[in-house]
Formats: sequence, C-alpha cells, structure tokens
Amino acid sequence: MSNIITVKDMNLWYGDHQALHNINIEIPEKSITAFIGPSGCGKSTFLKTLNRMNDLIPSVKITGDIRYNDADIFGKDVDVNSLRKEIGMVFQKPNPFPMSIYDNVAYGPRTHGITNKAQLDEIVERALRDAAIWDEVKDRLKKNALGMSGGQQQRLCIARALAVQPKILLMDEPTSALDPISTSRIEELVMELKNKYTIVMVTHNMQQALRVSDNTAFFLLGELVEFGKTDDIFSQPKDKRTEDYITGRFG
Amino acid sequence: MKKNQFIEKLIHGIFLLLGLITVGCVLLITVYLVISGIPAIKEIGFVDFLFGKEWASTASEPKYGILPFILTSIYGTAGAIIIGVPVGFMTAVYLSKMASPKVKSVMQAAVSLLAGIPSVVYGLVGMLVLVPGIRKVFNVPDGASLLAAIIVLAIMILPSIIKMSITALDAVPKEYEDASLALGATPIETYFKVSVPAAKSGIAAAVVLGVGRAIGEAMAVMMVAGNVPNMPDSLFQSVRFLTTAVSSEMSYSSGLQRQALFSIALVLFLFIMLINVTLNFFLKREKE
Repeated sequence: MSNIITVKDMNLWYGDHQALHNINIEIPEKSITAFIGPSGCGKSTFLKTLNRMNDLIPSVKITGDIRYNDADIFGKDVDVNSLRKEIGMVFQKPNPFPMSIYDNVAYGPRTHGITNKAQLDEIVERALRDAAIWDEVKDRLKKNALGMSGGQQQRLCIARALAVQPKILLMDEPTSALDPISTSRIEELVMELKNKYTIVMVTHNMQQALRVSDNTAFFLLGELVEFGKTDDIFSQPKDKRTEDYITGRFG
Repeated sequence: MKKNQFIEKLIHGIFLLLGLITVGCVLLITVYLVISGIPAIKEIGFVDFLFGKEWASTASEPKYGILPFILTSIYGTAGAIIIGVPVGFMTAVYLSKMASPKVKSVMQAAVSLLAGIPSVVYGLVGMLVLVPGIRKVFNVPDGASLLAAIIVLAIMILPSIIKMSITALDAVPKEYEDASLALGATPIETYFKVSVPAAKSGIAAAVVLGVGRAIGEAMAVMMVAGNVPNMPDSLFQSVRFLTTAVSSEMSYSSGLQRQALFSIALVLFLFIMLINVTLNFFLKREKE
C-alpha cells in the first residue's frame, strides 16, 4: 500500500507558541488513520494543516515538508481550493448549511462548475448513499437540513464532503457531539468508506480508535510520540508515555 | 420583609410608568394625526386628495392633490435604494469578511461618523456641491432636482444599511464558512453563496430600515430638491417630497390648507407604519 501523505520535520507556531514539534508521519492510502491524545496535544491542529485550513488563522507559521501524492501542498503552484477539493473535511460539530438537504450536498459540485440537473441529481444520490443516509432523506430532499437530528446532520456533512469526490477525508472528532447510536452508525460508515477513500480521524475516544482504525498516531504536547499499527499501539506500545495514556494513567 | 416587597412593587411601578411614556407618545401622535388628518381628506375628497395631480394651496381656487408628493417620495426613496443598497451591501460584505482588522476599524469609524452628521449638513453640502455639479454635468437650467435628492438620500441611508448588514453578516456562524472553504470553494464564493444567504433576513431588514430613513427625511431633501410641487416627470425636475410638503407651508398655512397638511402627515405616517411592519416581519423571521 502506498503512502498518500508524507510529512517530514514539520513544525507549527501560533504566534510565538510552538504547537507542533518535528512531526514525521506517512499516511497509507485507503486506510483509516486515527490521531489520539489528550486535549491540546496538537492532533486537531495537525489535521487541519493537511488541507491547509490553518492558513485561515493569520498568526500561524509552518515549516517542514508536507506532501500529498508526492507534491508539496505548500508549493507555489498549488491552488489551495483544488487541494481542499481533494482532501475533504468533516468537522467536530455537524455544520450543515441552512439550506435544503439537496442543496447542501449539491453545494460542492455546483461550486466546482456542475450545473446539469441530471448530473447533480446523480451525484447527490450517490453521495447520500455512500454516507448511508439516502433511505432516511430521499423523500425530503427539499427540506431544510437544520431540521435533522445531530447524527443525521453529521452523516449529511459526510455526504456533502463526498460529493466533491475527495481522495482523503479528514474527520475532526466526528462523533464527539453525538449520542452512542449515532456514533456507532458513523463508525460503521467510516469502515465502509475506507474501501474508496483514505480516512484520517482525530478522536478523543480510544475505544473508537481501536475499533475502527488501521493505524494510530499518539500525540502529546505537540509531539508525535508514537505511530504504528493500531493493534500494536494498543497491545505493545513502545513508548512509556503511550502506554501510560492508553492504560488511562493520564489524559 | 413587607417593606422590601413594597419597594419592589414601587420600583416595578416606576419602570412601568416610564415604559408607558413611550407607548403613550405613540398613541397620542397616532390619534392626533388621524383626528386632524381625516377632515381635510373628507372635504377635498379621498380620490381628489390622493390622486390629484395639482397642488396649489394658495391659489384663489386652491387645489389639494398630493399625487406629486407621493410619487416624488416613492421615486426618491426607490432611487436612493437602487444606488445606496448595492454600495452599502458590498461595503458591509467587505468590512465583515474581507477587510483587515485595521481597515475595518477605520472604515467603521467613518461609517459611524457619517451616521452622526446632521441632515442639514447633508443638505448644505448638497446645495453647494451637488446642485451646481448636476447643473454643469447634465447642462440643465437648475440642478436642484429629484436626482440631487436621490443622491443625497442614497448617501444618508448608507450608514444604516452598512451597520445592520455587518451585524447580520458577523452573526453567520464561522462553521458554515469553514465547511464551504473545506469543500474547495474560494473565499468570495463562500461569502456570496453561504454567508450572504445565511444573513439574508438581516440584510433585508437593513434595506427596509434604509427605506424608512429615506422616506422620512425632510431637511436635506428640502434643500436640494428644489421644493416645487411638480409631478416628478424627470430626474431633473424640481420636486417636493411628502415630508417637505408639510414643513414648507406649515408656518403660514391656515384653514383647509393647514388641515390638508395634517392629512399629508397622516399619509406619510401610514407609509412609515407599513415600513415598520415589514421590518418587524423580517426581524422576526431572522429570529426563527
């Protein structure tokens, strides 16, 4: 399996505060990679660097090398909007637009220039099916998305991200605002999606990382402490700090 | 204990009384306007009054048709909205979403200052700069015209439109914009396809507020519009607005003429009520 993202010696500062130290990681294609670690350890910050959402914060400074499909994502000729189209994102809090379910999913494709109604219909249906929500919403596509439950909203957000046909899906604690049933539905969905997409997921929930991910990275105080096969990380961690964290001694 | 309760009730009563002063004023004005506005309309005739094309209150055979004023007020307001809304709306989008904090604070201070300038100053500058300017540029005999009034009104409504639109745009949750950017939309696409639609009720309210401000303005338009009761047939016609129709004749009017002025005020009042109801409708929808 080839690596879709390669990060070398990456550092990140918020103003004077260094939030990430010397990160090196290789994320394999069509797999689920989980980032775990206590609050404030930098895992979400790192995730947002991968689709350059951190660019939006004025005081952020980044050094080092991040390659997506062997191309530098900070390269001069890189169009950040095309990059974000390839590397989609699902946020912690479900954030559907205050529009109809259909328009939410069609937003991305429309933005990228698709106007043909039949083609849009097809994309919307496929994205909603891929996000395992089609059967629940197919009769109310014109209804406002804000009327859905939190779990449905989050799956809609996943469908919205899938509609622009990304290669990678970044998920920032996608279930932390959801109830257990919705959470397990999203987990099932994520495991289904890895056949087509590369998934990188930040999670607070170690059980979730263990249940769904192939590889796990443990972050602590802005450092990537350990990265490896999920089963190895949880059964025989190499680093004492990883062991302390997964056995619940802190965090 | 009893004493405390008494003080609570007393204070409650005082606040209620103070609140009722406002309500009382509105009621008083409404009742007064209706009572003093109706007789002239009855005497002149409803249709002749509202749709009469000629206003000659001091002629030996006086005519009291206020259609010129009504149309002037509508055209003037519409013109101000056509110019002022795009400018104000784009300014608000820029200030709320694109401007750097420094630029934003300087420009917002300028907008607030514009809001604080008394209308007589707008009129004065309009008279001294705009009116001669229009005469020269368009080569017309008199620059004091509907066009001059429209331009002055457009500038006067800018602050209300900008400020209210900014409030509405600032209130759009950042999560919406993040979601759009993360889908690969550019910032400009995000502002116009996500932020503006999400703020549309507030922006609509801003427009209605601008309409209210424009239709109610008297002093500045009196100074630049020429103040002649013509039908507003052209942009370069000297015209008189509903507001200025009342204020310019009040000091020397008597009898039916004076009563007719009250009727004009009543018509203006109804216009403004209508605008307020519209505004409330939009604000309520915003809350929902």
